[in-house]
Amino acid sequence: MNSETRNDRLSLSFSRRFGPELATVLTGIPALVVAGMFGWILADILYHGLTQFSWAFLTSAPEDAGRQGGISTILVSTLMILGITLIIVVPVSLATAVELAERRSRSVRFDRLVRRSLDVLAACPSIVFGLFGNAFFCVYLKMGYSILAGGLTLACMVLPLLIRTSEQAIRAVPDEYRHAAASLGLSRWTTLFRIVLPAALPAMAAGLVLSIGRALSETAALIFTSGYVTRSPESLFDSGRAMSVHIYDLAMNVPGGNPRAYATAATLLIVLLVINGIAVRLTRIAGLTLNPSLEKNH
Amino acid sequence: MTWWSRNTSSQSRRDLALRWVARASSVLSAAVILLIFLFLLQEAAPALANIGISRFFTDTSWHPLSAQFNLVPMLMGTVLTTLGAVVIATPLGLAAAIYCVYFAPRGLATWYRRLIELMAGIPSVVFGLWGLVKLAPFIGQLGGSGQNLLTAMIVLSLMILPTVMLTTCSSMAAVPPELLRGGAALGLNRWSVVRRIVLPAARGGIGVGILLATARAVGETMAVLMVAGNVVEIPTSLLDPVRTLTANIALEMGYATTAHRSILFASGLLLMGLVACVALVAEVRKRSPHEL
Amino acid sequence: MIQVESLSVFYGERVAVQNATLIAPSGTITAIVGPSGCGKSSFLAALNRMTDLIPGARTEGTVRIHGQNTYGDDISPALLRRSIGMIFQKANPFPLSIRQNLQLALREHGVRQRPELESRTEAALRDVGLWDEVKDRLDQPALRLSGGQQQRLCIARAIILEPRVLLMDEPCSALDPIASAHVESLIQSFKGRYTILIVTHNLAQARRLADHLAVFWYEGEAGRIIEQGNATELFDNPQHPTVAAYLAGQRG
Repeated sequence: MNSETRNDRLSLSFSRRFGPELATVLTGIPALVVAGMFGWILADILYHGLTQFSWAFLTSAPEDAGRQGGISTILVSTLMILGITLIIVVPVSLATAVELAERRSRSVRFDRLVRRSLDVLAACPSIVFGLFGNAFFCVYLKMGYSILAGGLTLACMVLPLLIRTSEQAIRAVPDEYRHAAASLGLSRWTTLFRIVLPAALPAMAAGLVLSIGRALSETAALIFTSGYVTRSPESLFDSGRAMSVHIYDLAMNVPGGNPRAYATAATLLIVLLVINGIAVRLTRIAGLTLNPSLEKNH
Repeated sequence: MTWWSRNTSSQSRRDLALRWVARASSVLSAAVILLIFLFLLQEAAPALANIGISRFFTDTSWHPLSAQFNLVPMLMGTVLTTLGAVVIATPLGLAAAIYCVYFAPRGLATWYRRLIELMAGIPSVVFGLWGLVKLAPFIGQLGGSGQNLLTAMIVLSLMILPTVMLTTCSSMAAVPPELLRGGAALGLNRWSVVRRIVLPAARGGIGVGILLATARAVGETMAVLMVAGNVVEIPTSLLDPVRTLTANIALEMGYATTAHRSILFASGLLLMGLVACVALVAEVRKRSPHEL
Repeated sequence: MIQVESLSVFYGERVAVQNATLIAPSGTITAIVGPSGCGKSSFLAALNRMTDLIPGARTEGTVRIHGQNTYGDDISPALLRRSIGMIFQKANPFPLSIRQNLQLALREHGVRQRPELESRTEAALRDVGLWDEVKDRLDQPALRLSGGQQQRLCIARAIILEPRVLLMDEPCSALDPIASAHVESLIQSFKGRYTILIVTHNLAQARRLADHLAVFWYEGEAGRIIEQGNATELFDNPQHPTVAAYLAGQRG
């Protein structure tokens, strides 16, 4: 007992004397290493990419398997895939988030089942989405390698992320508003569309922006669904190559494709940086919109 | 009747429609995972029925065009790259997260956190590009092409670091401040507070973070595909090339037919099962303290 | 008139209110007092069926408002709540403009004509003494008003629907003394116009406002009414020893 106390005190005084400085160094070095590696990656992509970059790069079509020319057709395909994804995923996510966040008493079990399913969906590797999209959209629904199949596959993939962020946004709306609405006899419809959703809008928008970033980043799910044809798609049933697939193909399959791969990666990275900035800004706005004097009283 | 009798006004009809749309959407959302499972199962069924799981381990080699279906090298590839990535990322991520939350100057910590959040959203194909063009030649100085197990481990560890760090940060932030103040009142310094109070209290959350990072590493495709060398063999050193299950699917889906295609779906099913188990355990562990 | 007969409120297994019986005649103010956690707010919430919104909450007993059983099969809770105004402890205006705060429920109630909307808005704001303060900025966010103004706006939002009953759950407790006095005199001025049930922690306020007094107490694992009656008589001559100690400031 006595020796233990002394031991304790000893180690205490030891860590008091050497602890903080040593700890700062011991944790600071790994932190520096991590930041250094990340910094290297970002700087490498941006530096080598932007030296290749020009306005013409964005507006001209790829030539010589992508070694020359630009990425205009790739951008068109990417935007079309993204468009399909959003058209499908936004309404479904919104309605599901409303169901999960605004439930009243009934069917806790149903909600839990939905939640667990979404957890598993969120954890699914992107290559699994690729396999599924190929088997279901391309083969079973006979869409072939197409913008439509790629967009729908991405919609499945982004779904859990968008539902979760929307649900959190709706939940963050103070219950006081709902109580006030109920006490005035407002319908659920009015409460939701006039009061709850407008208040949740900035946070939901932040989630949407993050989901767009996720969709733009995806490669593995698209290779076998939207395919890798570099031509500009003429309809939703044409195959089209997304930016990330373009990067992959240039780097792996096209000797001498690295410069253009870098330029495409830098373009994608800048879009993602902007998206990240917007999301941060929107989250801050969301914090301000909900009156701080109306915190939940838990 | 009185003025508040139940009626079937347009409002209550709209409310009913709202409820049914919300309900139907959530059924649809929940059904997606089931649909994925069923389609993978359907496509994998011929392989599982006609070839059998045991041949994935006993066949002499992986030559799908000659009906040789040994998946062991790919399984080993996945296990080794994942293990390596987790072993590298865990201590690094923990230390960096502790630094960021408890020792870094406030302004630096904010920027650091923003950098990590940004990296969490960087496409894996960009990591792969950097790994292929910059890291692989660097590692290649040790021998070989540089597209090998070691490079794959490093790139993969960088990809899961944000997951480890962000979950560690948030579980450390969830430690009640009373505990920290209590520790400080006992005369403990910062490091002792972290070691004796924060880490034990945040252990569960950190564990969940590592689990999620593991799941992410198992499922990662593009980055590994671009730097691992993709030769079908069981590696004997860190500088040997490897092929993971995910890379195998990505490489061969383009031309695979019949039994070959079916086996790729079977390995996809395996991946999905593996990752789903890890993720479910993580989710359940994450929620259990709040549900009680 | 509000007639409550052996009303009980349950949250899962927990009994929040047990067998509460109370009659509040039309146009009077009934103050509900008692220490924290004795079921006052739950009792109030059960009257306009706000308890329906709480998962796991259940009620027993009958509530009649102007003779109509509010838990009857043919009752629409939404329409019921429209005819019963409710004021909460924390002012909770919607994150909309002042005008929209007042007109949202009116529109939903079927009032669409602009002149009527405007005149009722003005009347409600005048009733709560807010008109002169806000008439030039009706389109500004309600959340920019001060705490006392927000609470009066909430009262205006309730009375614009022309309820006959007002339920008030500690409407002054989150306000500073001046704003509180302002709201209190407002409630005083409502006497005779509305049947008011007000939960309050402030015994002095209850004495100033109430015609009728009900004392809640947590007893035998549940909140219940342990004494009620004419406010003046009860304050001067409480029968129940606990109530006597409470009203004298010795308990609770």
